[in-house]
Amino acid sequence: MKFSLSWLKDHLETRATTDQVVEAMTLAGLEVEDVEDPVMKLADFTVAHVVHTEKHPDADKLSVCTVETSEGTKQIVCGAPNARAGIAVAYAPPGTYIPGSKFSLDKTPRKIRGIESYGMMCSAKELELGDGHDSVLELDPSQHAVGQPVPEAVGANDPVIDFEVTPNRPDWLGVNSIARDLAAAGLGTLKTPAIQPVQSTFENPQTVRIKADDACPAFVGRVIKGVKNGPSPDWLQTRLKAIGLRPISALVDIANFITFDRARPLHFYDRAKLRGDIIVRYGQNETFDALDNKNYTATEQDCVICDESGILGLGGIVGGRTTSCDENTTEILIECAYFDPKTIRRSAVRLGVNSDAKYRFERGVDTGFLPEGIELATRAVLDICGGAASHVVVAGDIPAPPPSLDFDPMLINRLTGLSLPGYQVEKILTDLGFRVTAGHTWTIDVPSWRRDVTEGVDLIEEIVRIAGYHNLEAVSLPAASGCLKPTATLIQNRTRLARRVLAGRGLSEAITWSFVLQDHAKVFDGGAENMRLDNPISSDLDCMRPSALIHLLLAGQRNADRGYPGSTLFELGPVYHGTEPDDQALALAGIRRVETIRDWAGNILPDALTTKADALAALSVMGANVDNFQTTKPTGDYWHPGRSGRLQMGPENILADFGELHPHALKALGIDGRVVAFEIWPENLPTSDRKRASKAKGVLELSDFMPVHKDFAFVVKKSKPAGDIIKAAKSADKQLISDVTLFDVYEGWGIKDGYKSLAIDVALTPKDATLTEKDIDALTKKIIMRVRKAGGELRS
Amino acid sequence: MTDITAIHAKYARLIDTSDSLSRLDDIRVSALGRKGEISMMMRGLGEMTLDEKKVMGPALNGLKNDIAALIETRKTALENEALNKALASETLDMSLPVNIGMGTLHPVQQVMEEITVIFSDTGFSVVEGPDIEDDFHNFTALNFPPDHPARDMHDTFFMVPDETESGKDVKRQTGKHTSEQKVLRTHTSPVQIRTMINRKPPIRIIAPGRTYRCDSDQTHTPMFHQVEGLAIDGDIHMGHLKGCLINFVSAFFENDVDVRFRPHHFPFTEPSAEMDVRYERVGSEIRIGQGDKWMEILGCGMVHPDVLRACNLNPDEHQGFAFGMGVDRLAMLKYGIPDLRDMFAADTRWLAHYGFSPLLQANLATGLS
Repeated sequence: MKFSLSWLKDHLETRATTDQVVEAMTLAGLEVEDVEDPVMKLADFTVAHVVHTEKHPDADKLSVCTVETSEGTKQIVCGAPNARAGIAVAYAPPGTYIPGSKFSLDKTPRKIRGIESYGMMCSAKELELGDGHDSVLELDPSQHAVGQPVPEAVGANDPVIDFEVTPNRPDWLGVNSIARDLAAAGLGTLKTPAIQPVQSTFENPQTVRIKADDACPAFVGRVIKGVKNGPSPDWLQTRLKAIGLRPISALVDIANFITFDRARPLHFYDRAKLRGDIIVRYGQNETFDALDNKNYTATEQDCVICDESGILGLGGIVGGRTTSCDENTTEILIECAYFDPKTIRRSAVRLGVNSDAKYRFERGVDTGFLPEGIELATRAVLDICGGAASHVVVAGDIPAPPPSLDFDPMLINRLTGLSLPGYQVEKILTDLGFRVTAGHTWTIDVPSWRRDVTEGVDLIEEIVRIAGYHNLEAVSLPAASGCLKPTATLIQNRTRLARRVLAGRGLSEAITWSFVLQDHAKVFDGGAENMRLDNPISSDLDCMRPSALIHLLLAGQRNADRGYPGSTLFELGPVYHGTEPDDQALALAGIRRVETIRDWAGNILPDALTTKADALAALSVMGANVDNFQTTKPTGDYWHPGRSGRLQMGPENILADFGELHPHALKALGIDGRVVAFEIWPENLPTSDRKRASKAKGVLELSDFMPVHKDFAFVVKKSKPAGDIIKAAKSADKQLISDVTLFDVYEGWGIKDGYKSLAIDVALTPKDATLTEKDIDALTKKIIMRVRKAGGELRS
Repeated sequence: MTDITAIHAKYARLIDTSDSLSRLDDIRVSALGRKGEISMMMRGLGEMTLDEKKVMGPALNGLKNDIAALIETRKTALENEALNKALASETLDMSLPVNIGMGTLHPVQQVMEEITVIFSDTGFSVVEGPDIEDDFHNFTALNFPPDHPARDMHDTFFMVPDETESGKDVKRQTGKHTSEQKVLRTHTSPVQIRTMINRKPPIRIIAPGRTYRCDSDQTHTPMFHQVEGLAIDGDIHMGHLKGCLINFVSAFFENDVDVRFRPHHFPFTEPSAEMDVRYERVGSEIRIGQGDKWMEILGCGMVHPDVLRACNLNPDEHQGFAFGMGVDRLAMLKYGIPDLRDMFAADTRWLAHYGFSPLLQANLATGLS
């Protein structure tokens, strides 16, 4: 919402400067977004006189002007058709910033088609003083001397304030309500003139019938005969232009003025163009030409204004062209109606219409201002356009004022800690238009423009807002009772460590979008229709991601394309398998691009097992017992069929997938080369450990005896996972065998085709006594037997 | 006796001039070996008279010990010489570049940890909620009525309507919203609702997480991060809200920060406020805390009675405050990050520059960063 300082002063008696107004607005909750002071904006522009022009020798449309400026007589090349001797213009010296064009002139004069040109003569648009951009702004040289500042010459000396109107305060869409709040805040005295009813001189000739009571509860109308619709007076044009509205004609300008002055939208019909009764009803799939030069089709959900010829406009949103006022208009019907906010909003959203009227009606206009609004409009029309007014016609029922509230002023202190004397509370409320009847509990009458106030807390907000938030004493929260407990969640504490382990292993943490391209999602076992966004920010981010790997892969490729190969990235973030809360999972995912980076020491390229180590390191630091893991195959098609694995505990509980990504998946994402990756599911880690009452660690039992090492080599099928053999050997004696280490994997000469040899070192650590040969022999036999069961033969 | 002196001198010279360990060993054998010269002389002691023995015994022993010591000294010297020679050939260019291979942590995660630490001091525990929300939690329960213009302030992402049977069967908290369009949460405030429905006051929580709005330019990304805060009890008032947040900003910026509270409007709080911090711009750097300009940093207010009611709490018994702040923006302000959009691009150069050491753990004892 924009308003100019002088417009505000129509309603507020104050000596406050622009800065003081802005400060008071800010502290009262009217958030100022911009202040535009034309005096500052146009400070560099001065009046100049054109003394001579001649045609440019090399360009048909350019003229070479001799101009008397504040800096002396200068030569300026100009393309405007109206540039001629004898006019005064707005002159910009070299280096000036041109606000309407958003650029600065060169600091030194430049040549235009070979002729030197010094500075510039500006159009109204370039000065942001109007729409004219073909011709230079013309001033009367007899009124405006050379060197006069342009803001003074054009009367543009009125600062304009733009502020945010919050949805609860539709009344702020009228300047008078802004003034009321500022007066309450102590900035001055409210002086909005009282409205005097106009003397009506004839019976109202226009019948108005409402057949859509819910959408349009009330329609107040009046006919005015004998009007003359010329240009509006200067004061009105200045008001509108200051806030960026284009003056059109007296009648249109009056309607616009009252819309902004009182947040009261109006509509004026040319009565000569009306056919019979006005009927307010719901649409019947009728199309009409609107004032914004578009066609709209009104359905049975839209409230329309009709006459016998059909639809005239969308009530409260946009009028139609067939009955609009023009310079020949002599008789008008004024519509001052109340439309239901929800109906307006639904229609406007569906039809994609915006207008100053719609903006006000959808937020709720003052229901108490219908009779006064029509009087104000009538008075303005009679003053500016002349004519005679009929009696007022009221169709429907004007909505009842908002209900009164019971209010306990003690609650102010309870909710805010602020203690205010009763008279001060009463003054604030009265200044804001509430009527206070004090007593044990107070009765508060709510003004009709404040339908947002429905209970005590709404009043408290008003009181504290005007009293000033700086008057609230800041106090610390009382300390929480009981012993200190961790405030972070178990998952956060675990992932905090896992992220640090991964970063320590050389991966950098990224954060990427939660949405991906649906086709990419499909590659990663997602991309179902119900995971799509209805209104994506762009077509390549239209689906919730099933995996955090997608954006990491794309980012890695972007980095490589930029000349930074070998991205190693990870992310902790959500993935989505459905739209219910339980369908969201937390993933800790990472990639390592298998990419040659030239280095003196040669290249050590990451492989699938590097990512196994990444996953195990992360899981281990999160408290998982990695010895209990089984290594299986991931189910996702995006993993390499041979070089990928899955870590799980039991058949159901999957903790991580890792390995090389499938070339098809990479190709589908446009990724060059090979990439190894991991996906860890921290939420699947068992939580039972943390439930123990004591933090004490278990007893440490150290053996006094040296471990004995026994080496074995087993021949197994090539496809046999080494992990099975290690596990089998370990199972021979869980007490005695403290460790099994794989120290060689061999294929080739001496081993038959399709087989490999695995050499393991079994460490035996006795607890009570040194092992005898007999003990060791027995155990050796048991190990060989267990491994045989698992598919390994002792290598001979 | 002259013999002994001469022999001593002879071996001393031989030892001194020996140039290898094998040569030295030859000398040792010829002098002290079983048939060595000195050993033979000592063997000759048995044939001497008692008086001769008294003189020659100690003399020969002295000779033997001296020569043995000389050999040992020379042996050490030769060994050192050989080692030094070997070491001289074992060189490595210490200026060769090495890879320390350390990654970094993302500044947004760092800042979320900092916020968690600061609020842990006054007992705010962390809770989380889903990104894909229903209308009830994201809007209606937060006092955004259906068809209300307040919803325009949130450029909401909608999921496609769920036409599947499973979508229709799900029962919602309110029992009403059986089938509807889900949204990506536009703020972390739905976590307030989930918390208040699921547990009774006193409540002190913060809820960090991803949030989404359909908006993209230099200062808006379609995904961003917020931290929500909520404190509910019998008597928590707006003065506590001020105190809590003033303490927070100073702790966060690790500096005394001058703040201002301004009235604002949010549907889910009343009275509502925005908090501004003082700042100044020095060159391209923004300095928070001092200066003559104000910058909005978070929104807050007393929880609206309608919100309490939507969560089955009685506003006559329970009241409290809520706040919400943009994590990405706080990260930008504190750590001088110029462009929001770079936060989520995973450019390795950016991550290396703006990222944090993995060993850093924000805490109040050592400072946050």
